Amino acid sequence: MGSYLPNTRQEQQEMLGEAGYESFDALFAHIPEEVKVKELKLPSGLSEMEVISEMEEIAQKNRIFRHIFRGAGAYDHYIPAIVGSVVNKEEFVTAYTPYQAEISQGILQSIFEYQTMICELTGMDVSNASVYDGATAAAEAVAMCRERKRTTAYISETANPQVISVIKTYCYASGTEVVMIPEKDGVTDKETLKEVLNDTAACFYVQHPNYYGNLEDAKELGEIVHAAGAKYIMGCNPIALGMIKTPAECGADVAVGEGQPLGMSLAFGGPYLGFMAATEKMLRKLPGRIVGETVDRDGKRAYVLTLQAREQHIRREKASSNICSNQALCALTAGVYLSAMGEEGIRKAASMCCSKSHYLQAELEKAGLKPKYSVPFFHEFVTVSEVKAEIILDALEKKGILGGLPLGEYEILWCATEKNTKAEIDLTAGIVKEVCGV
Amino acid sequence: MKLIFERGKEGQGSALLPECDVPEFHLDVPKREKELHLPHVSENELSRHYTELAKQVHGVNDGFYPLGSCTMKYNPKVNEEAASLAGFKKIHPLQPVHTVQGCLEVLKRAEELLCEITGMDSMTMQPAAGAHGEFTGLLLIKAYHDSRKDTKRTKIIVPDSAHGTNPASAAMCGFEVVSVPSGEDGCVDLEKLREAAGEDTAGLMLTNPNTVGLFDKNILEITSVIHEAGGLVYYDGANLNAVMGVVRPGDMGFDVVHLNLHKTFSTPHGGGGPGSGPVGCKAFLKEFLPGYQEIRTEKGLSFVKPEHSTGDVKAFYGNFLVVVKALAYILTLGKEGIPEAAKNAVLNANYMMEKLKDIYPMAYQETCMHEFVMSLEKMKHDIDVSAMDIAKSLLDYGIHPPTMYFPLIVHEALMIEPTETESRQTLDEVIGVFREIYEKAQANPQEMHEAPVGTYVRRLDEVRAARKPVLRYRFEQK
Repeated sequence: MGSYLPNTRQEQQEMLGEAGYESFDALFAHIPEEVKVKELKLPSGLSEMEVISEMEEIAQKNRIFRHIFRGAGAYDHYIPAIVGSVVNKEEFVTAYTPYQAEISQGILQSIFEYQTMICELTGMDVSNASVYDGATAAAEAVAMCRERKRTTAYISETANPQVISVIKTYCYASGTEVVMIPEKDGVTDKETLKEVLNDTAACFYVQHPNYYGNLEDAKELGEIVHAAGAKYIMGCNPIALGMIKTPAECGADVAVGEGQPLGMSLAFGGPYLGFMAATEKMLRKLPGRIVGETVDRDGKRAYVLTLQAREQHIRREKASSNICSNQALCALTAGVYLSAMGEEGIRKAASMCCSKSHYLQAELEKAGLKPKYSVPFFHEFVTVSEVKAEIILDALEKKGILGGLPLGEYEILWCATEKNTKAEIDLTAGIVKEVCGV
Repeated sequence: MKLIFERGKEGQGSALLPECDVPEFHLDVPKREKELHLPHVSENELSRHYTELAKQVHGVNDGFYPLGSCTMKYNPKVNEEAASLAGFKKIHPLQPVHTVQGCLEVLKRAEELLCEITGMDSMTMQPAAGAHGEFTGLLLIKAYHDSRKDTKRTKIIVPDSAHGTNPASAAMCGFEVVSVPSGEDGCVDLEKLREAAGEDTAGLMLTNPNTVGLFDKNILEITSVIHEAGGLVYYDGANLNAVMGVVRPGDMGFDVVHLNLHKTFSTPHGGGGPGSGPVGCKAFLKEFLPGYQEIRTEKGLSFVKPEHSTGDVKAFYGNFLVVVKALAYILTLGKEGIPEAAKNAVLNANYMMEKLKDIYPMAYQETCMHEFVMSLEKMKHDIDVSAMDIAKSLLDYGIHPPTMYFPLIVHEALMIEPTETESRQTLDEVIGVFREIYEKAQANPQEMHEAPVGTYVRRLDEVRAARKPVLRYRFEQK
């Protein structure tokens, strides 16, 4: 049996005595007998060697794909070696939330730097210290926009279905009405949006690039939303922001997104990172931790958790959110990633994602997979085939390739990143061509 | 210390990506016009920057960390190694189910083991943290009443000693919060609870042991008062470390529970996350669980959506790698080690309390569980030395201060949770420090307001931070 108890049985016995108890039974004597566990049906403990061996055995039941062309909310980007080396430092890993600023400057400063980088990427005025993931960031953003007479959230159907699901859950909880805006030709149907927005509209959420990889007419959507007096929330891909207009330039009031592409492993869906940034005006509605600059008693520059009057430990039921723990280590990861990549690196990654996915689309088209939409896209796109998606993807899987995500019987959502080489893409297109018999 | 933006110079950076091997594609959409300021530093400088930052952080590895209600126990390294296996890290969450059988096994086994420890029937790993678990658990309660068209149940009862997330979570779920006062003994006042419970009661949120570190002996009566009124009872698992393997929430009458894997099950806190807040429930609530359930089929494990699921509370399946770490921990401790950890957590707390109570007045005199609360009200009154002053003095001894000014029902509170992974020697040293600080305070109370003096920065001007918020670095305009 493994144990992390430093005290020997004898020491435990002595300590019990000094605290005034004969035994552990005496120490727990005040707990009613009828609620005490009679028998715990757990396996016996294991040594460290047995545990790691068992975990390895479980991990081996998963298949690691060498070539990945699947995105849909989780993206396979290159992670610089420096990221792991910094993020695994035990001080960062084992600390709690930086309540005691005097001994937490390292974490506080890293969050301040992260906030700055998120503001730079999005063009927004202020950022918080992170939330759980992109989907909860979108749901929290919707909650930020709710006002007394504006209680309806409008959500574009072109958003990631999981994000929509999470927004709906949060809205069910708070009693916020949700109205879905339909898709038309791969993007949000602007005409419908114009028609249905009314004076109960709290906000409109659009993902850009959207679930299908398509680029929305983001600026015009913002103008429509603002004309109706509602807030405009944009879900962004952080890598794409190295290339396309920022949410600030599109008029967003709140910008959110999934930060996983910024140096986090695929990790079967988590831990990931929800980033949230807003205009100065919305600052006090922003949920979660925020780090601010100040000085210490000697006038030295220092950082501290600030604007806590928004938060649950002060405001209790009137807080802007219940969030407490966030994804601090993932925010640190994003900070290290962005520092390593720099402006040039991010722009290059964005450009490579875009070029590779367009090359992939062209090659797949030659192989018999037609593009479903004809609007501009960033690094994901949908194809339609005459052969069933399942047959195509099975053939790829046999060669160690994780193809796109099947969306319907004949439709596939593909993704390419800077990691996918030309040789990989050619190999994939070749296999598809064989299957489709073109 | 310099910010990363104040280091390096333009042109510096690392060669991370190769040249693009396909024709460059020119996207015909409006491009970003705004400048993009990101650091431009060499890898060496980047590495040193974060090494310097790490030196200004106090983690569990740096010393004693008795932060009450946060369970800062040692984070075993084998857990980290398990979570860093490529077979977990390099798995896309939307891979075909037959290629992720190992991931499903992690989720399934963690669910089964944690259900046994809590006395629950089903569990979801989707919530990412404790507060997120509370939100999820309350959603189950809401969905249950809604499914019975019992729409008059709009209130959640929360003790006044509760953590702030409890009322905040209830409010997020559209519930009205009814606060019930604690009795003199720090436990739930049964009479007041009976008065508060009624046909508008959706549920009660409670932690046991409670936030003052005491086990509420009336727990069976408390849960039955709520059940008789038609409400459900929610267990906040923040303090499970005191009783795991000894008492199960399910046996105390709780219907829903959230756990903090980053407290009780030894996964690290990461400077404020990622955590993991699984939510367990009794069988009659299973159909409302969010996310996915893993089921065993002839072809292996598979995912299903619960029949009347409240929807997702997060994308995918939760903070998966954190669940991997917690599973490794439970496998290590097993049926012997789990209750033994709880017993030693309680022993360490009682040992420290016993050795300090002659000079530091305890808020409650009974046997405590895994943590205890002292009240420095008298010291504050007599010599104007506050809980804050004592906490800040500890910093100069390399000790992380206890939780300050919580729970709210105790004035000048310091809440100490030593955890089971601290040795007697460490506890004795820390007891010595507490006693030394007490002597210093008596001899020279004025000096206490100066502490800390040896830390990287001294007490901060928090008012200035909030009044004129500077929340990002400003780059010089070109």
